[in-house]
Amino acid sequence: MVDTRDSFSLRGRKVVGGFAEGEAMVTSQTISGWGGINERNGSIIERRHELVGQSFAGKILIFPGAKGSSGWSAFFHMTRINNVAPAAMLFTRMTTKIALGAVVTRVPAMTDFDGDILTQIRTGDHVVVNANTGFIEVTRR
Amino acid sequence: MQLTDAECAMRDGAQGDAVAAAMDLLIRYGEALDADRLIETDNVAGAFNASTPSVRPIAERGMAEVFSKLNLDSDKTLDIPHMAARTCQLITGIDDQNWALQGADPQMIEMQRKNEAFIGKRGINLFATCTPYQVGNVPTFGEHCAWMESSAVIYCNGALGGRTNVEGKESTGAAALTGRIPYWGYHLTENRFGNRHVRVDVPVDTMMDWGLLGYFTGEQVEEAIPVIEGQIGHTDLIKLKHFGAAAASSGGVEMYHIPGRTPEARTPDEAFGPRRAEASFVYDAAARKSVYEMLQTATDPKVDFIMLGCPHNSIEQVGRIAHMLDGKRLHPDVQMWVHTPRAIRDVAVRSGYVTLIEAAGGQVMSDTCPAISRRIPEGVRVIATDSAKQAHYLPAIAKVQGWFGSLEACIKAGLTGTWKGDF
Repeated sequence: MVDTRDSFSLRGRKVVGGFAEGEAMVTSQTISGWGGINERNGSIIERRHELVGQSFAGKILIFPGAKGSSGWSAFFHMTRINNVAPAAMLFTRMTTKIALGAVVTRVPAMTDFDGDILTQIRTGDHVVVNANTGFIEVTRR
Repeated sequence: MQLTDAECAMRDGAQGDAVAAAMDLLIRYGEALDADRLIETDNVAGAFNASTPSVRPIAERGMAEVFSKLNLDSDKTLDIPHMAARTCQLITGIDDQNWALQGADPQMIEMQRKNEAFIGKRGINLFATCTPYQVGNVPTFGEHCAWMESSAVIYCNGALGGRTNVEGKESTGAAALTGRIPYWGYHLTENRFGNRHVRVDVPVDTMMDWGLLGYFTGEQVEEAIPVIEGQIGHTDLIKLKHFGAAAASSGGVEMYHIPGRTPEARTPDEAFGPRRAEASFVYDAAARKSVYEMLQTATDPKVDFIMLGCPHNSIEQVGRIAHMLDGKRLHPDVQMWVHTPRAIRDVAVRSGYVTLIEAAGGQVMSDTCPAISRRIPEGVRVIATDSAKQAHYLPAIAKVQGWFGSLEACIKAGLTGTWKGDF
């Protein structure tokens, strides 16, 4: 279902607390950490991924979740150390990889939304994330 | 999250700052998962090594800082005590003996050795392999573990009936120091039943067949739990190792059942328990061919590097390669690296396998693999491998073309310099 409103909010569950805002980067595909991203510039390198070549640095990353190697958390951890982490992570499928990855990336993270973040939010939308209160605000751009 | 008195005491610093930081991380992690509590574990397999250029600035300030920052997510450098749980090191970044062949500079191997001395002193056993279950850490049925390495996790859960989630560098560090891990996911019986069905309509027998079935299964079921039935031949460690590594690479499979073969399901009913198959998939000759083609990223048949042993080879696999190369010589333009755990390499030396492989022009490597180390021989453009996992990852990491096929096809390419494939 395509949301045609100019702005709307969704409620979700806090995974990691905090506040962030920025531009949405949305993908319907799960992301690999080790072997799937370049931790030095925050870009997707998996050759069959729809975002291959694009960087999530500073973006509100909206995706189903993690897949692949157990190096997931360590690689997202390194994006924090290298200042190319996403600004926030919003995802739909909880796994240990993404939970630990979000914790050590230390960015606001949320899941279990009362709407479908993967279809209602579009790449380029402005998103305000308040993981402490459990709400996100989406504005069309 | 509910904590026991002992866990509260650890959090509050009764066992020092490092254990307190470890417990703090486990609490943050457990709350992120929405876990109710922690569970005791005495079997941790993690990555504590310092082997990559990106770790170097941290390692220059000492190995306590490496452990504090990268294994405990702590901003402070802490005194790291002896591990509380039985703990082993998984694969590392540099081969301790063949580092020069890998193109590693002396400072890098020196850093890795310094780190190994640091973690070894604190009770971390240096198996240095992605397959701890091949060299002495074989979890028993129902044993709660905290393991990294997706191919080892799926082996622990699916093939052995041990219980672990896919842990990470930080959670295994915290588990090693506290003997705890969040009680979530595959630690709970109700989360271990099947919810997808895969019907195998084409004979699955060789190691390549198992890799292809695994890659297909991961593609189809993603993170779900497949129950696999049909034309399945004899199963053994090598085949389940390849199946699992492939399924964990193409999807996120951490648990599976093959009724009558894997320990938690004698029958399909036991495999599904209270669940049912939410989707069913058929693996037939057409699917097999399509997965085989999906794994090829090469177009140039002129091969210059053969990578064997992902996950690390068993002694039987090394022996088979030695036998196939006996009295032969690799094509002069081709290099071959055969990977096996350090402990198994010793057996391979004693059995004469290493001599045979080296006489043919190949190398037997340990401690690492090209995808983890990001090191391949200089000038390599086209690789061939018998591992679906390596074929999935290495071309993207090393920016090379990749062929995937049977061990026989890889050996043939090594001897002739030309990829012919299996179909």
